[in-house]
Amino acid sequence: MLDHLLFVIFPYAAATLAVVVTLQRYFKKGFSYSSLSSQFLESNELFYGSVAWHFGILGALMGHAIGFFLPVQVLWFNSAPVRLYILESTGLLFGLLAVTGIVSLIVRRLTAPRIRAVTSALDVVVLLLLLVQVVLGVYVALFYRWGSSWFAGSAVPYLRSLWILQPDTGMIAPLPLAVKMHILFAYLLVAVFPFSRLVHMLIVPIQYLWRPYQLVVWNWNRKTLIKQSPRSLRHPVTLPVPAQASDPVAEQRAVVTR
Amino acid sequence: MDVRLQISMVFHLDKCIGCHTCSVACKNVWTDRKGAEYMWWNNVETKPGTGYPTSWEDQSKYRGGWEQKNGQPDLKMGNRSSRLLNIFHNPYLPKMDDYYEPWTYKYEDLFNAPEGADQPTARPISMVTGNLIDIKAGPNWDDDLGGSPVYAANDPNLEALTPEQRAEIFEIERLVFFYLPRICNHCLNASCVAACPSGAIYKRGEDGIVLINQDRCRGWRMCVTACPYKKTFYNWSTGKSEKCILCFPRLETGQAPACFHSCVGRIRYLGALLYDAEQLTSALAVPDSQLVEAQRQMILDPFDPTVRSEALKNGIDEGTLEAAQRSPVYKYVKQWKLALPLHPEFRTLPMLFYVPPLLPVMAKTEDGKYDSSGSELFSPIEKARLPMQYLSRLFSGGNEELVRYALKKQYAIRLFKRMETVGDLDMSVVGRALEEVNTTPEEAERVYRLTSLPTMDDRYVIPPSHREEAMQMLNDDLLQERGSAGLGFRELPVRGA
Ligand code: HEM
Ligand code: SF4
Repeated sequence: MLDHLLFVIFPYAAATLAVVVTLQRYFKKGFSYSSLSSQFLESNELFYGSVAWHFGILGALMGHAIGFFLPVQVLWFNSAPVRLYILESTGLLFGLLAVTGIVSLIVRRLTAPRIRAVTSALDVVVLLLLLVQVVLGVYVALFYRWGSSWFAGSAVPYLRSLWILQPDTGMIAPLPLAVKMHILFAYLLVAVFPFSRLVHMLIVPIQYLWRPYQLVVWNWNRKTLIKQSPRSLRHPVTLPVPAQASDPVAEQRAVVTR
Repeated sequence: MDVRLQISMVFHLDKCIGCHTCSVACKNVWTDRKGAEYMWWNNVETKPGTGYPTSWEDQSKYRGGWEQKNGQPDLKMGNRSSRLLNIFHNPYLPKMDDYYEPWTYKYEDLFNAPEGADQPTARPISMVTGNLIDIKAGPNWDDDLGGSPVYAANDPNLEALTPEQRAEIFEIERLVFFYLPRICNHCLNASCVAACPSGAIYKRGEDGIVLINQDRCRGWRMCVTACPYKKTFYNWSTGKSEKCILCFPRLETGQAPACFHSCVGRIRYLGALLYDAEQLTSALAVPDSQLVEAQRQMILDPFDPTVRSEALKNGIDEGTLEAAQRSPVYKYVKQWKLALPLHPEFRTLPMLFYVPPLLPVMAKTEDGKYDSSGSELFSPIEKARLPMQYLSRLFSGGNEELVRYALKKQYAIRLFKRMETVGDLDMSVVGRALEEVNTTPEEAERVYRLTSLPTMDDRYVIPPSHREEAMQMLNDDLLQERGSAGLGFRELPVRGA
């Protein structure tokens, strides 16, 4: 019963909350989406915290994603012990990097007076949750060896059962407490996610890799307005069809929102 | 030809009295808010000096602007992917201490202090932390060469001088300085626009004003590094970047921006320039010393019939074209060649131009006397206290000829007016001076009038923006909006959690 509550109802509730609140926040309070960078106020300690944390956590999350999407391939990869050691130690390295990072981020938040001035209660909650989560992850990696292999046999079937809406907790019931805690904290983070600064990971600007450098936005240019509006009939101005936007200046028509 | 319109500016440095009225007007209107206290969208610094933020011109430290990489312009802060990799920690970001920590005073102590032998004092407290602070720097710490051995000596532009020249300008009896008011240059090749990973910064097509969309800005703070003039600022409270908006709400209603309107020295001119956007790439493909000429080349003649018809085709209306013809900026920059851009070698094609200062030109004396006879014509300029190398490093990418021309022309016009008003010079001398800078008495008179006697309407020629037409051309039935909270989407700028 408790398993059902924690491992079925809770994840669904957390995920629903995350999706609904994230979307409504994005469309109703878009202004609040920001990295909320504090580098301007303190930069030196942030370097060790932020870089170690982000590379560590992104590597670790990537590892989890690979395990979830390609369990068979991971098992095949691990069939040679050398490769298993390499995979496991890489994972552990990312985990340790993340732990170092989050610890120094927390120390920085608590000690630098300027950073304290821009710290909300939720920031502290998020940082502590993340700390517990990555410490649990590293603990599991160290004391319940070869997770990259048993993950495929127990956690993946459970997570997939959730995904296809046929929840089956049979697989995880016998797992050790630390692993269960790791799973629960993940759900907790998902639930906190939409309210916190964590939403910044959704707005990662990869489009930057290909967008043109210069950007021009026309707001009330007669050429574009006349094109978009039948009302222009009231203003009999004859203008030729606009020329194509010329590189290196990208054109964009502003969307007039109400 | 792709004719675009740019609202541009000219600051006449000889007229600036360094009163900071402009900065205060701007602060009161735009940046008197939490997170923005340290921002001065308009600031006035003393040159030689290190400015605001400290040493902003030193791009080996701040990595602002563009550089030519294999013949192609790219941002000095690194290529695209390395910039994205630096997103977790930007190594070239200026910190609060490069500007200053904003502070106020504990005024209530003046009233609440218990009775005692001493006068109560209002001690300074940080506007970030609220703690007592020991003020170490302010936005204008080296004003009027205050602390110049420390500050002015660190001015990166002094590198252009020989050690002797450097020593000379700091000799107490020869001390020389001038004021440099700075706002966003609303560049044609804006590096902040290019650096923004989110694409939140854009140039307004209609008037060329560079703006940051506050809803799309995500606080990746790349623009702060990319702007070589350090005129984009990170709001540490909202987590968004902000910059000078050239008071567009005022411009759209026909008023000059706050800093212009309030300028005591009347040094500021604002008007439209037409330019050819197709020349953007070619104008940047030249060495530093030719950048100013290439930029002038981009600026089109608003009286030329082809330019006019191309402009009309691009949606620029007749009223705006007429404003472009009356533009004081066009006169100073293109016709008279008196105004120059600040640090063109940053390669952003800045659209704020400066008339370089003549300063107290007659600096070096013969037998303790100034030579004001005009017999040597331009010798005062050649012997000026502030070396030409210094000014050309600031205003022409090292091209001394351009600065020398602008100074000689101003000087020739002075001689011309001296002849008219004082009467101790005659036309043989003055005519020679005017000829040497290819000008005529008529033009000299026009320059004199626009420089010394301009009315508000001469200084600010603001093209009509015709937003009323834009409203009518929209599909929306505006009557439906009656009784509602207004058009558009408004949200309070509250920091995200
Ligand atoms: C590629 C994706 C990501 C990018 C581009 C990114 C970027 C950033 C940036 C720019 C900051 C601000 C650093 C500063 O103060 O200057 C930040 C802070 C932070 N990020 Fe990320 N992030 C990403 C993914 C993540 C993930 C996956 C997590 C956690 C699961 C995370 C957790 C955090 C936290 C907790 C902070 C606050 C650090 C502090 O100031 O104490 N980020 N991130
Ligand atoms: S208001 Fe005008 S004169 Fe005064 S400092 Fe500003 S630019 Fe110079």
